[in-house]
Amino acid sequence: MRKPITLYGLTFSLPMLIWQVMFFLAPLLFLIALSFWTVKNFRMEPDFDTVNWVRILGRSVFWDAYLRTFALAAACAAIASALAFPLAYTIAFKLSDTARRWASFLMVIPFFTSYLVRVYSWQIFLSDNGIFNALFARVGLGPFTMLNTSFGVMIGYLTLCLPLVVLLQLFSLIFVDRNLIEAAHNLGCGRFGTVFEVIVPSAKVGLVIAALFCFILTFGDFVSPLYLGGGDPPTLSILITDTTKSGQQWPRAAVIALTMIATLLMVAFAAVRYAYKERGR
Amino acid sequence: MNAFNRNPLIELLLKLYLLLAFAFIFAPIGASFVFSFNVDRFPSLPLGGFSTIWYETVAADPLVWEGLRNTLVTGLSVSVLATAIGFGAAYTDFRYRFIGKSLYLALALLPPTIPVVILGLAMLAFLSNVHLSGATHSVIIAHVVMCAPFAMAIIRLRLSQMDPSLEAAAWNLGASEWMAMRHVIIPFCKPAILAALFITMAVSFDEFAVAWFVSGLNETLPVKVLGFLQGQVSPRINVIGTFVFVVSMTLVVLAQILLMKRGSAPKAAAENAGVQ
Repeated sequence: MRKPITLYGLTFSLPMLIWQVMFFLAPLLFLIALSFWTVKNFRMEPDFDTVNWVRILGRSVFWDAYLRTFALAAACAAIASALAFPLAYTIAFKLSDTARRWASFLMVIPFFTSYLVRVYSWQIFLSDNGIFNALFARVGLGPFTMLNTSFGVMIGYLTLCLPLVVLLQLFSLIFVDRNLIEAAHNLGCGRFGTVFEVIVPSAKVGLVIAALFCFILTFGDFVSPLYLGGGDPPTLSILITDTTKSGQQWPRAAVIALTMIATLLMVAFAAVRYAYKERGR
Repeated sequence: MNAFNRNPLIELLLKLYLLLAFAFIFAPIGASFVFSFNVDRFPSLPLGGFSTIWYETVAADPLVWEGLRNTLVTGLSVSVLATAIGFGAAYTDFRYRFIGKSLYLALALLPPTIPVVILGLAMLAFLSNVHLSGATHSVIIAHVVMCAPFAMAIIRLRLSQMDPSLEAAAWNLGASEWMAMRHVIIPFCKPAILAALFITMAVSFDEFAVAWFVSGLNETLPVKVLGFLQGQVSPRINVIGTFVFVVSMTLVVLAQILLMKRGSAPKAAAENAGVQ
């Protein structure tokens, strides 16, 4: 259906283009320019100075936060993938059609509940005199410190991304060829053998993409590290919110944001390459 | 799976694990609901008495009402704009082939993959530079960027169920492109369009991070919740959370019902086309 450009066609295609160029692409590009601006007397001035880059990248606080954020996000991607796989496997292969539909629906619900409210709720569970410690006390255990620890952060991260990882994994498992599984059985492949030699490789792209999304989401999240991890020492996203909200140091926040984008692009690129590596042969 | 692979014990364990995962996912939502009716200020076990005192506190707070008003204005505007933009992009992808289409689609679908803090900072810096920040319309602008991809995806899925020759048939019968759009495409997409309206509204309803960056003093309800979180422990968060949950779920269930009604729409589209 190749056609010349018409007013009709433009009416439908241009609004998205204009809006996303003006309010999505332009702000992101502006961030690059902003990172070279200078702040004098609490006012930002357009400039071309690398001082912000030198300042931020020269600080050990930044690199500590960078490594911590990266490690936390990577750990969450691994933990969430490992926890989610048996769930996605059960939903895909062990449930009736009706039960599968209900399970998928229940996995979607969390996306429409406030993440903030759920994190606040976890504070009630995890705090020193919270629900978990009250339950532990009944059996004579504890109290355990769970709030303001990495464990707390991980609980928050999993709240954020476990349902998404399950759904993405489920989506790839559903499309695994059942004949392949049957064939593996007929050839005498054991239960675990079938899972790791047949199902995981066939669903590899989806599994990697699910882990990637988990990494992206948690790498940029500031709520869990702040309200369940205590915010000290900070992660990159906390550094951004602090730097932005506490005055006019936006150029420095821009530097942090750009290093985050660069990191995410590299991770995404590596993950996609890895996902498609052997299948393309 | 075939029968000889079934091991009842393993299946039972897997299903128990699934239940445990659902408990993990729904515990915070359920707790928030339960504690919103709890009389104690500091939530813990055992529960105090049943009370609606926190609902009354929230209802008596004029700032909450102002936040709710901002949220509703934002949500309604965002859903209409994002759905219109998303529809256009979905139709463009459905019907046209052109150079740079993959870039066009990337632009249409990428925004949700950018971390919200980065998007928030970029929007704040950019919008204040062009004097558009710190107001309700700033939140609307930002939320349309974030929601339009969802609207596009929902409507594009619907369009992929349509036979492309349906539109061509309308043209052959003498309908102009505009008439075919009005009497064939839009009726066919109507359930998806309505679903997109509700879903984008629900997304905007819950979004707090970007809104926090750009809203200035015109805070939406989720941004208020963020403020409460930074302050003292307060069951008000549970009350607002329960309220927002009920509203969002209503929107999502409505969207779901609309998307389920697949059978009726093509018939309506065919009838409409027949009138021409």
